[in-house]
Amino acid sequence: MSGLREFFSSLKGSPEQPPRTCKQCGTEIPYAEYVANHCICPQCGTYFRMRAVERLDETVDPGTFQEMDKKLKSKNPINFPDYAEKLEKAEKASGLNEGVVCGTAKIGGIDCGLFVMDSAFMMGSMGTVVGEKITRLFEKATASKLPVVGFITSGGARMQEGIFSLMQMAKVSGAVKRHSEAGLLYIAVLTDPTTGGITASFAMQGDIIIAEPKALIGFAGQRVIEQTTGEKLPAGFQRAEFQLEHGFVDLIEERSRLTYTLRKLLKLHQPHN
Amino acid sequence: MAIADVKTAYERVQAARNGKRPMGSYYIEHMIDDFVELHGDRRFGDDAAIVAGVGYLNRIPVTVIAMERGDTIEERMKRNFGCPEPEGYRKALRLMKEAEKFRRPVICFIGSSGAYCGIEAEKRGQGLAIAENLYEMMGLKTPVISVVVGEGGSGGALALGVCDTAIMLENAVYSVISPEGCASILWKDASKAPEAAAHLKLTSYDLLKFDVVEKVIPETGKTDREICSALKAVLMTEITRLSQMTPEALLDHRYEKFRKIGG
Repeated sequence: MSGLREFFSSLKGSPEQPPRTCKQCGTEIPYAEYVANHCICPQCGTYFRMRAVERLDETVDPGTFQEMDKKLKSKNPINFPDYAEKLEKAEKASGLNEGVVCGTAKIGGIDCGLFVMDSAFMMGSMGTVVGEKITRLFEKATASKLPVVGFITSGGARMQEGIFSLMQMAKVSGAVKRHSEAGLLYIAVLTDPTTGGITASFAMQGDIIIAEPKALIGFAGQRVIEQTTGEKLPAGFQRAEFQLEHGFVDLIEERSRLTYTLRKLLKLHQPHN
Repeated sequence: MAIADVKTAYERVQAARNGKRPMGSYYIEHMIDDFVELHGDRRFGDDAAIVAGVGYLNRIPVTVIAMERGDTIEERMKRNFGCPEPEGYRKALRLMKEAEKFRRPVICFIGSSGAYCGIEAEKRGQGLAIAENLYEMMGLKTPVISVVVGEGGSGGALALGVCDTAIMLENAVYSVISPEGCASILWKDASKAPEAAAHLKLTSYDLLKFDVVEKVIPETGKTDREICSALKAVLMTEITRLSQMTPEALLDHRYEKFRKIGG
């Protein structure tokens, strides 16, 4: 957990991580136990939303992660009111410069490009910097012939950046396409929540799409659907299990087995000669 | 006429949504000769919110894909008020691939509040349908020109908007979210939509300034027929120009067009 300690000590004012409280059953979980249990409540099994650094720590071979474009920060391209303050607040709350962490690492000894979205930064919404960082990651992976593993969580496009956010969907799609045409593997891991413009772009463009159990995955927001159609949503609507049943994800994997499954899939796609 | 006087962003939004404003079918009727409509996604169904087919622009064979909301209430019901379902996007992609095979340029007309929000649309993969269009259009080896003629509503509009040249009519708008949606999220008050519209920078002139679109077709003081003729002339110029590029150069150019946005 050296990476974790280093990360958290870099967060101002939070040298020690407080215990986590489960929203479902109210259990208080000491932080060490929480991460040892893959950020899942040991009492009731509820999945917490993982921070990017927790995901990296759990997924990559120790000491192999090299972050890219860490310092890129959003500007305010359409001068949207209160956006600069929101960004500042998100930075403080998350300890990140933006809603995605990108870089290269080894997983099970295999070199990969990785992007990990973090919902603690404005719900992982995609503005120009999130789009740019993921695009650069795919471009780097294409040039270096690396597979890409993406951990996705996002409320969708970030409205405070207007049309620039929308266009990131096309920009990232172009980079994913070029990576794919180079014969390289992209595994998308969909975690709670994956919605809106992210579902309508790179979340659904993986060669292999893995979902975490019960993750919310969909295009339109549930409230919007209810308001538009006046229909009552069926139980389990837009959950990972619903998407599996309708054929949109390849598999659902328990978080405790996810790294193992990624290693297997990456190994199988290693070039052989 | 009110449309000729619009000034504020929200007035342009209202102009773009005006029920009398010409939509996709109008441009097909007045611009495309010998149009043959082609239906269906060959997967599940045919979505009437997207009208697509082949015809001639002057003497050049083209594939045309157009969002259409219809005029009468019956037609609007049938066309789902111009909000495409996954089948609409899949029909569009099927016909784009066909255009690529026969080396025909593709012209897309965009005008819709967005992709349809419904339980069935989700069950049939609305997100995937849009994602596949973005992905495949980035590699489509034939010229693609997209024209926003009405409301360009978010991802559902972009699914026909990955192109070599983007054109907007003066009073068209193009946005990541509707002003009403934006206002209700930010201020819990959809009636502040006019304010949100101004902040979202969604007018044709905003997008021209941002280099997101390459051309704006003026509308002020012009009749629908005059606007249509002006648009046709620009389409001819663009198709001629793009058709001279090799497929590789075309795709590089398309990649760079989007690559530089927010780079």
